[in-house]
Amino acid sequence: MIEVKNIHKTFGENHVLRGISADFKEGMCNLIIGGSGSGKTTLLKCMVGLHEPDEGSVIYDDRDFTRMNFETRIEIRTEIGMLFQGSALFDSMNVEENIMFPLNMFTDKPRKEKLERVNFCLERVNLAGKNKLFPAELSGGMKKRVGIARAIAMNPKYLFVDEPNSGLDPKTSIVIDDLIQELTEEYKTTTIVVTHDMNSVMGIGENIIFLHEGQKWWEGSNKEISNTDNQELNDFVFASKFMRALQKNK
Amino acid sequence: MIFHPLGKYILLLKAAFRRPEKWNIYRKEIFHEMNAIGVGSLGIVAIISIFLGAVTTVQTAFQLVSDFIPKSVIGLIVRDSTILELSPTISAIVLAGKVGSSVASQIGTMRVTEQIDALEIMGINSPGYLILPKIIAAVTTIPLLVIISIGLSIFGGYLAGTASGAVTAQDFITGITTDFIPFTFTVSMVKAVIFAFIITTVSAYQGFYTSGGALEVGQSSTKAVVISCIAILFSDYVIAQLLL
Repeated sequence: MIEVKNIHKTFGENHVLRGISADFKEGMCNLIIGGSGSGKTTLLKCMVGLHEPDEGSVIYDDRDFTRMNFETRIEIRTEIGMLFQGSALFDSMNVEENIMFPLNMFTDKPRKEKLERVNFCLERVNLAGKNKLFPAELSGGMKKRVGIARAIAMNPKYLFVDEPNSGLDPKTSIVIDDLIQELTEEYKTTTIVVTHDMNSVMGIGENIIFLHEGQKWWEGSNKEISNTDNQELNDFVFASKFMRALQKNK
Repeated sequence: MIFHPLGKYILLLKAAFRRPEKWNIYRKEIFHEMNAIGVGSLGIVAIISIFLGAVTTVQTAFQLVSDFIPKSVIGLIVRDSTILELSPTISAIVLAGKVGSSVASQIGTMRVTEQIDALEIMGINSPGYLILPKIIAAVTTIPLLVIISIGLSIFGGYLAGTASGAVTAQDFITGITTDFIPFTFTVSMVKAVIFAFIITTVSAYQGFYTSGGALEVGQSSTKAVVISCIAILFSDYVIAQLLL
């Protein structure tokens, strides 16, 4: 489990996060949702240590990440897998090298074993045999899947996913969402997904945190989200014509 | 105004020199960078060096109009100016353009496409992994390039001098073998190592702190070349003052 306690983050005059506290549960898809500029990605970056919060703490299974230095953070970081919005694959490496990279850096396994793990991860994301392709040769959906394969290469306890559906067609988005949910259930990872895609929210949102103006505005599940009387959340959820039509038909 | 970036530069270097996670990965990267920086720059360094020597010879001969000065002095001037100044400094300025812009744009692109964030999430010391191999590769290969440049410059001078009739082969060889002070070569190597360090670290700094997109990567690359060139010329003066 990951606990976030009273996180504040300011960039210059802009107070982006205003005392956010939340629990992200193990073996569950935890979604952080909210409009653009609500602080979703900043919260995610504070949680993984890409931004240092001005105040508050991030606790990974009773280990206070915010009070650790670079060396002691490495232990937790090797337990983290992350899929970035743009996939962040290393351009100079092919698919196989990308997935093998964390294994090369942090394990002493023989190459054969590492290759087996790479092939397993590629099979898991339905990209078996694509080992030698370079990121430039992959489609957006394939890049996301390679990103997921790299994120799970080290068997992470915590999986962070930033905007998994951005730039993808609806069908591929569902494939990616399903994959994230399957991996979460299979490996009992604590998965945190930042998204504003309502398909993801309704599909995989077991525990949802809605951010508004840098604050936690609402918390619940995908079953509860459409029946809330929270005005800001309703404005967000039913912003599209499709969702409004769906609500009317209900 | 200058203290904030200077502090960030020093902190980045401190992080870059942290103990590597795995030496064999770094070793592979060092050889890769040696190939990119050293072998990749051999062609351009060879071309500019030959012309540098040729131009120095022709222009020195043009200025030596007195019959009281032996023609062999041309060889001596070409040798000393090449070893002390032209080869290390001009090579470094050309390499600042070629290697510096490449380092800044490579690291800058990695920054804006979140590849550096991906390294950090994995628990890898990104300044160490990205910058240290480049520094080691540059400080070992650029002095070698300067040695090659010195040889080719003098050879270029010899060819231009004899072909144009400005100096005979005998006079030129007499000139380059007369009154040689080995310390000038030491100064040249000191310059080469310091210039190599400046090129890689300044460019890596510019790339590492890029924010934005493709436009900013281009701007970082340009800034890396401009600042590297100024730093090279400034340190050239300081080294000359201190060592000569």
